[in-house]
Amino acid sequence: MNANDFLSGGFAPAPESTDHFEIKKTYDLYIGGKWVKAAKRFQTTNPANGEVLSEVALAGKKEVNQAVKAARKAYDEIWSKLSGAERGKYLFRIARLLQERAREFAVVETMDGGKPIRESRDVDVPLAAAHFFYHAGWADKLTYAFPGAEVSPIGVVGQVIPWNFPLLMAAWKIAPALACGNTVVLKPAETTPLTALKLAELFEDAGLPAGVVNIITGAGETGQSLVEHPDVDKVAFTGSTAVGKAIRRSVAGTGKKFTLELGGKAANIVFEDAAINEAVEGIVTGIFFNQGHVCCAGSRLFVQESVADKVIKKLQKRMESLVVGNPLDKNTDVGAINSASQLERIKELVKAGKEEGACIWQPSGGVPRKGNWFKPTLFTECAQSHRIVQEEIFGPVLAIQTFRTPREALTKANNTPYGLSGGVWTDKGSKIFKMTTGLNAGVVWANTFNKFDPTSPFGGYKESGIGREGGLHGLSAYCNLSH
Amino acid sequence: MKTEVLPFPARRDSPAIDQVGVEERAQRFCARSLKKETKMSALKLAVTMLDVTTLEGADSVGKVRQMCQKAMRPLPGDPSVGPAAAVCVYPRMVKTAVKAVEGSKVRVAAVATQFPSGQMRLKERLGEVKYAVGEGADEIDMVISRGQFLQGEYRAIYDEVAACKEACGEARLKVILETGELTTYDNVRFASDMSMAAGADFIKTSTGKVPIAATLPVTLVMLQAIEDFYERTGRMVGMKPAGGISNAKLALQYLVMVREVLGPKWLTNDWFRFGASSLTNDLLMQIRKQETGRYQSGDYFSQD
Repeated sequence: MNANDFLSGGFAPAPESTDHFEIKKTYDLYIGGKWVKAAKRFQTTNPANGEVLSEVALAGKKEVNQAVKAARKAYDEIWSKLSGAERGKYLFRIARLLQERAREFAVVETMDGGKPIRESRDVDVPLAAAHFFYHAGWADKLTYAFPGAEVSPIGVVGQVIPWNFPLLMAAWKIAPALACGNTVVLKPAETTPLTALKLAELFEDAGLPAGVVNIITGAGETGQSLVEHPDVDKVAFTGSTAVGKAIRRSVAGTGKKFTLELGGKAANIVFEDAAINEAVEGIVTGIFFNQGHVCCAGSRLFVQESVADKVIKKLQKRMESLVVGNPLDKNTDVGAINSASQLERIKELVKAGKEEGACIWQPSGGVPRKGNWFKPTLFTECAQSHRIVQEEIFGPVLAIQTFRTPREALTKANNTPYGLSGGVWTDKGSKIFKMTTGLNAGVVWANTFNKFDPTSPFGGYKESGIGREGGLHGLSAYCNLSH
Repeated sequence: MKTEVLPFPARRDSPAIDQVGVEERAQRFCARSLKKETKMSALKLAVTMLDVTTLEGADSVGKVRQMCQKAMRPLPGDPSVGPAAAVCVYPRMVKTAVKAVEGSKVRVAAVATQFPSGQMRLKERLGEVKYAVGEGADEIDMVISRGQFLQGEYRAIYDEVAACKEACGEARLKVILETGELTTYDNVRFASDMSMAAGADFIKTSTGKVPIAATLPVTLVMLQAIEDFYERTGRMVGMKPAGGISNAKLALQYLVMVREVLGPKWLTNDWFRFGASSLTNDLLMQIRKQETGRYQSGDYFSQD
């Protein structure tokens, strides 16, 4: 039998092509509508094979200052004076341009970040465009969004975004800021700067006035200078809880507004009366979507004892059919781990899980030799006190615990410093309402998981953050409202 | 084939089905991309899983004979393609079909039990099964009494399937649920569980005579039922989606689904069939396209 015969269970390679666009050898900083050089550069690589994709500028204090100045100028002279309808026109234009170049953005996102093309193509890029469309619609209707309130923009917004959804997070941040009349300095994560820089190209094509959005690349220090810059009126951050805490300390007493989207350790709760097969699929989506690099990932599975064996068996069978490999292949379900340091973090916690006595299970397939890879993994026999249950792993690792009663499930689910998301699986409507009211989480899904929509606010409780993004709640975070 | 009949299952033992979840999962199989040798081998596999079907009032001896030829040699000159699994006809045409496929691997399936509505006394319906088997049918495609199912008389369905199984003797029994009339996935799941317990060798979606025939999600629900039944009893049951599968692309999506849900063990025509009349030529056309890189005119493929 041929190696890729249908009966063999494999797939002949089906890679998305990469010859229809250009990734430049070097990228500068996008400040005041111009490409500005910086003294230092750093490399961004493809985590699936270690190849260098491009060299991008490293913004220091000077460049950050320059970017904030450009944003202030654009705010004072142009953007804050523009009518809502005019701002909306730009946003609609950006959304349409993004749709037109959807394939290019999807491929670059996958190359730079390691996520499967299926996800960047079907989730990241369409959702990013949807966010621009949604907020374009609000731009001239802000007085209707907040009836009775006087709505005004905040000013210059400093935004720092993570590496797990680089383009989508840029859209989440930029679209509402512009719709409400603010100008932006955005810093993408150092491992995934390319789609944000491509987005800058797109802003140029859209004719967006110079300085309205400035994109500066760099690592933690660049982000810190941006957040601490005195002329920034609002800080929006998505990333780790540790950095979020530092940011909150640094903005304390400054009068800066802020929203923080931080870590999570979501409980996904499966009851015995759930649609079991669909629940298994939801568990898979919950934890293996984007290699588990998702702040709202369903990383703790609580399954009722009476169905635990059945669910785990089905889950393992399903995991055997996950295709792990080249992220650009259309059949890939699980891609590469975003960076070597993240891979180390995952390995460390998995080691801790084994040492603490949880039982590890991984599917039989292999992973590519080059690049950063980690197999989809689950742990059974987990206890509430295990590190893999308490700490955010941010990788394709699921910790499974069992429960006996709804009350026990709720207690354990809420027994975490985080409170970003959660999931409930049951065929009984009343149980859904009882559980979702009891869960201390910003987003709770019932009989589904990891569903996002621009109209729906997203954000956390406790150490998962403060403020909401998306929907009216998200919009209000970018306005001054006076009644 | 001797099949053990299991006790009548309670409806609460069938798991709930979440409509949104099933439809999303089914959609995901459509995102699989089959290329080159994977595609070619899947196309050829699909041809061998065809139940080439004609179920018209106008069916005649001549029509059935021509169709049997096509089933035996779908692509004249290329023996690596086909033969199809079976031909599927009304009981009156069984004798003609048996004669026409004699000496080949193609089996003869007959629809029976007052196909397509099933609205007749069980006695006469069983008589029809016996008649078709007596005429030489290898397989019987029965319909369940959807009216009774929807009235809540589940036991009657279980009993009629068990009775048909007995009447089949050596012939294999396919049980048509007519999923388009059962309407909900929960009903489909329970009807599947009941039919398998009563001795079905295959479960089949549709007659092709009502507007909603086979769909990927409904087939997925039935495949999951088969999977759970196999886990519980160790007995394999076959699956036959029928009606509405008119092109090769869709057929391959079904095969991908079977491969990922049940595994390669089910990828033979002993355990999976397509009930279709117009699918054959599109499969053949795609096979030629894979070989030559070009689409040929429809006139190069026989219309039977």
